[in-house]
Amino acid sequence: MSVVSLQRVSKKFGVGGVRALQAIDLEIGEREFVSLIGPSGCGKSTLLRIVGDLIQPSTGKVVVNGKTPHQARLDRDYGIVFQDAVLFDWRTVAKNISLPLEMVGWDRAKRTERVNELLELVELVGFEGHHPWQLSGGMQQRVSIARALSFNPPLLLMDEPFGALDEMTRERLNLELLRIWEASGSTVVFVTHSIAEAVFLSTRVVVMSARPGRIVGIVDVDLAQPRTADTREEERFADLIREVRHLLRRDGGLDVEEPTPTGEQDFIAAEEALD
Amino acid sequence: MAGMVAKRVGMFALVLAALCAFWEGFKWFGETTGFALGSFEVNDRTLPHIHDIIGQLFEPSRTNGPLLIEVLWDAALFTAKEAAVGFALGASIGFALGVVLAHSRLLQRGLLPYIVASQTVPILAIAPMVVVWMGGRGFPDWFSVSVISAYLTFFPVTINTLRGLTSADPRALELMNSYAAGKWAILWKVRVPSALPYLFAAFKIAATASVVGAIIGELPASIQDGLGGAILNFNQYYATTPTSLWATNLIAALLGITFFLIVVVVERIVVHRAPEHVA
Repeated sequence: MSVVSLQRVSKKFGVGGVRALQAIDLEIGEREFVSLIGPSGCGKSTLLRIVGDLIQPSTGKVVVNGKTPHQARLDRDYGIVFQDAVLFDWRTVAKNISLPLEMVGWDRAKRTERVNELLELVELVGFEGHHPWQLSGGMQQRVSIARALSFNPPLLLMDEPFGALDEMTRERLNLELLRIWEASGSTVVFVTHSIAEAVFLSTRVVVMSARPGRIVGIVDVDLAQPRTADTREEERFADLIREVRHLLRRDGGLDVEEPTPTGEQDFIAAEEALD
Repeated sequence: MAGMVAKRVGMFALVLAALCAFWEGFKWFGETTGFALGSFEVNDRTLPHIHDIIGQLFEPSRTNGPLLIEVLWDAALFTAKEAAVGFALGASIGFALGVVLAHSRLLQRGLLPYIVASQTVPILAIAPMVVVWMGGRGFPDWFSVSVISAYLTFFPVTINTLRGLTSADPRALELMNSYAAGKWAILWKVRVPSALPYLFAAFKIAATASVVGAIIGELPASIQDGLGGAILNFNQYYATTPTSLWATNLIAALLGITFFLIVVVVERIVVHRAPEHVA
């Protein structure tokens, strides 16, 4: 059964009707790790939010975990991670992680137990009493991931979670994320700007074009699991990166400077507001 | 840390000394040169020595009576009670009003002009009406004063609650939506904590305003037991003992500062934000 199923999904913003997404068809199966990649303004963040029922599609059918996205959200079928960790300053690390559990209605003892498990999973044991501003950017994002995983959602939505981090932290967190993905058994939908990151992490890479956002190709990543730091050295890794880059160059406008037609400004502003 | 404290105490002492020096220096200058600002001549009546004002506190308030400082201490406690009740009342009403307005644009448009208008009416015009109206319904006079004090304090709290509740990070709200959180959970777990720095900025204004409100409220209520009564009383004897009125003003100022500092201390305990977010 598909965890996420999108059929002819389109999205227009505003009365003028700037098309953000056009006729998106995509099936994401259980335990898959699917990356959405494309230039700025290709609607990948919008697509992620449609899956999460945070934005409504204009047309098309969306099924999440066999339900409407709305029901899936009410059932807490997914956890979400943004580019910024969006932690609450007034809560400690432990209380940030347990916030969703408070919503779900777990009692204190159960929450504490789960938080301790998660601290171990994201390797932040000893930091439970810290406040967010006392942590590095990478640690904050690990807290944010632990929070998204806290209630064991079958689906994890990640919107450029490592986009704001430096390259070294990013590569380390990529490895950690794969380990967490293995351990949690979740399905992951991952939005990114980085071709290397998409190929390294994913079982499939969905390449999108800009304005309106369309799927221009899907690359199956057949690199061996589990992936390690050495995976990046493999020839196949370089081949796959080339394949994704070609798709982006052909249809996605990569490396192509194009003037922005008037009337699409609204949509770009809307996309940037989401980023 | 200890260095910081020493620096702060040092700065405070320095400014205090500078103020005293300016006061005494101006007095000396005015008295020796006969300098006058219009009809304001500098002499012991218009500008008493600081040590005379302090000294007056330890003189009997009347023949064979208790020391002035004892009288003013009791008066300050009485006014503090009125102001504290007024602050609590005003802050609660102000906060509740802010929450309601933050949740309804329509109410905001409809009510906000009247809330603003309420603050342009001079408190001295309203105070006697409040005293008569509340007194007629069997409330004690001091409580009427608290209501007047609350009238001055609710406004900054309402405005800042409104601003603070809408200051929450939009992504934090998306996050709460992703958990299918209800309106109350979003209010208490995200909006109110985000608003706390704004709220405490308002509480600092409200705390000093509540003392002013209580003192002013005592005048039409003809309450004798508070600082307002003391000010009115010593005003009549200003020609003979100006230092009594100055000493009363000094105590009133100290009461306002105390209220302010209490809010600062509570803020330190309650608000956990990144250092750059704390006002």
